[in-house]
Amino acid sequence: MKFKTFIAFVGPSLFMMMLFIAFPLVSVFTQSFYNVQPEFEQVEVETCTPGFPTQTCVTEVKSRPVMDENGNIKTTTHFVGLQAYRDVLEFDRVGAAIRNGSWSQLMTIDFWKALRFTLTFTLFTLPLVIGVGLAIALAVNNAARSLRGPVIFISLLPFIITPVIGSLSIYWLFVGDGILTAALERWLDKDIAMFAQAWTIELLMLFYRVWHVAPFAFVIFYAGLQTVNQDTLESAIIDGANRLERLRYVIVPHLMPLIIFIAIIHLMDSYRVFEEVVGFRSQSHVISLQWLTYDFLVPDDSGNRAISRASASAMLTMIGIVILLILPLRRTWRDHKGSH
Amino acid sequence: MSTPKAMRQSLGLRLGSAGFLAFWCLIAAFPIFWITVMSFKSPVDAFATNPLEVIFGPRTRAGGDGLSIIDIVLGLLVLWWSGKFAMGRLPEMVARFTQPGTVLLGWIIAVVGFAVAFIVLFFAILPVVLSGLNAIAGPLGNPILGLTTVHYQSVWVENEFYRNFINSLIVTTGVVTVSLTVGTLAGYGLARSGSNLAFWLLILALIFRALPHSVLVAGYLPVFINSSEILRPIFGDAAPTLYGQPYAVIAVLVAINQPFTIWMLRSFFHNIPTELDEAARVDGCSHFQAFRRVIMPVMWPGVITTGLFSFLLGYNDFLVTSLLLDAQNQTMVPAIAGYFNRETTTTDQVEAIAAAVSITAPLFLLVMVFQRQIVSGLTAGAVKG
Repeated sequence: MKFKTFIAFVGPSLFMMMLFIAFPLVSVFTQSFYNVQPEFEQVEVETCTPGFPTQTCVTEVKSRPVMDENGNIKTTTHFVGLQAYRDVLEFDRVGAAIRNGSWSQLMTIDFWKALRFTLTFTLFTLPLVIGVGLAIALAVNNAARSLRGPVIFISLLPFIITPVIGSLSIYWLFVGDGILTAALERWLDKDIAMFAQAWTIELLMLFYRVWHVAPFAFVIFYAGLQTVNQDTLESAIIDGANRLERLRYVIVPHLMPLIIFIAIIHLMDSYRVFEEVVGFRSQSHVISLQWLTYDFLVPDDSGNRAISRASASAMLTMIGIVILLILPLRRTWRDHKGSH
Repeated sequence: MSTPKAMRQSLGLRLGSAGFLAFWCLIAAFPIFWITVMSFKSPVDAFATNPLEVIFGPRTRAGGDGLSIIDIVLGLLVLWWSGKFAMGRLPEMVARFTQPGTVLLGWIIAVVGFAVAFIVLFFAILPVVLSGLNAIAGPLGNPILGLTTVHYQSVWVENEFYRNFINSLIVTTGVVTVSLTVGTLAGYGLARSGSNLAFWLLILALIFRALPHSVLVAGYLPVFINSSEILRPIFGDAAPTLYGQPYAVIAVLVAINQPFTIWMLRSFFHNIPTELDEAARVDGCSHFQAFRRVIMPVMWPGVITTGLFSFLLGYNDFLVTSLLLDAQNQTMVPAIAGYFNRETTTTDQVEAIAAAVSITAPLFLLVMVFQRQIVSGLTAGAVKG
């Protein structure tokens, strides 16, 4: 295919990606060094109230936003350098926490709290998703043919459900004296509040994410199991390998590329954990990196959005993604070079 | 064919595997099933601690809303029969009354006609017939299962949830059409070009796919809010404020979705043999003519599958739509956040649950109709990519 035709085919898509992905990245990067503030001016205002014998007049200095000719608030943009990053990272508080040797003090700082949760969440869900997905795939492969269709149908439901709604549906089972909390209370014979402390919420979030992603892993592993070489399996049996050894030495190596694929996709997706925080309403206990940026972007009580801090936390989140992607990208690069 | 003895499994293993599968199905379906049940009950029943009370809803029944045995049996019969009709007879009828060129149109007419007929039958004719039957049936006509649709009425009619539904419809339709149009072209180009540039574009797309969406939205927000001033030099006074506009959100979601779309479509185009377009090229077609006349007729399975995933992205999105749309253009998923922010009484909570179930219902239908395509889409990226 000639270069010109290639560009004609790819052009529209490339244009959209550049305009809406690459350009915003650049603008986020520059925004993170600037701060936009409404301009204020000091005005002397004299307010008088009727009194006797003369009216009482009070003169006070008030600050009010400066308006331009269209009635909009004038803003000024300053170059603040790394100030926004400092505001997000809060190194002085980190230093104080480290000097005191207090982990819980460190965990009161939003960014580090979010980073801690995002990383543990990613690392805990990864093996669970792969394990549960593989187990379901093996069980389905073992089941009668007529059962497979309905089982796949039911398994797809948690995968396809809107993430916010999915986490809400689990939230409603446990909130207050929800049906499952009540059952747990009866079983353990003590009062349980699932949403009063961080670790129970995190447990529910882990459960939700595995429930949501395991079907995806299952479908891919199930497709992979259909192509396992039957001859290799038979020769393994002749060599006296038992079921577990066959799983370990024949089936898992065959599925290895798929396991890596799912691991990469899952790392990318669970690093972006966000909907769980919304669905479980956990912002006072547990927050994630993406939620932190979202929270800066939502207008506060006075209607201001902390754009520069949001950009700084977005750039810091990006660094994590780059570290996460280095390994798989190097691998792809080596494969690509090897194929030439 | 009998399995060789060595491959045969012990009873314990078979029971364990079947038990695990049953357990998984229970876990997979339970939360969705349970919130559906809750949404039809009066608030006291919905949050009762005894599961039987939630299912049978004694207080809902006492309020005068309930189903008798006749209602349940007849209702299930109608549902089962219409499901069977939709899966069996409807495709046959479409096949009989359409020519090859008008299949899509035929399906649209058939689906709309079926939906209208079903709604009239199930919600208008059936209740009248049933109330007559219940009156003469004696003990069989007494309600045994509490069920009320009052929460759905207050969500859809009083709180005007249909506005959010229409907004969702606009956004998802836009996302699916634009991202498929742009994506098929790019996917085809990438699949047929072995150049280094194509490889680097795919890697770039992979990196873009990994970006957290909040990073991108942080880039859009200030630009979108001030867009009328930024664009004034180009468009004059007609320069739009992009913040709050559905079409701006469509463009954003299409771009976010592009990396995934082109990867998936590329792997589908890889499976279409190159000989097809080479033959067309030998016959004197240009690349575009080959694409339009030869590739387009055979690419539909892949396009439908990719379209399903674009639909899911547009429909399920919370972050982008909640930050970039204002209140009157809100789609369904961010709108539900408004519900649980003012959730003070249990009635509000059950209404939020009813709204959540309303959002889930179309997805449920989607899995029912397109299960095969979803599975093939999931595996296409992994097995061949």
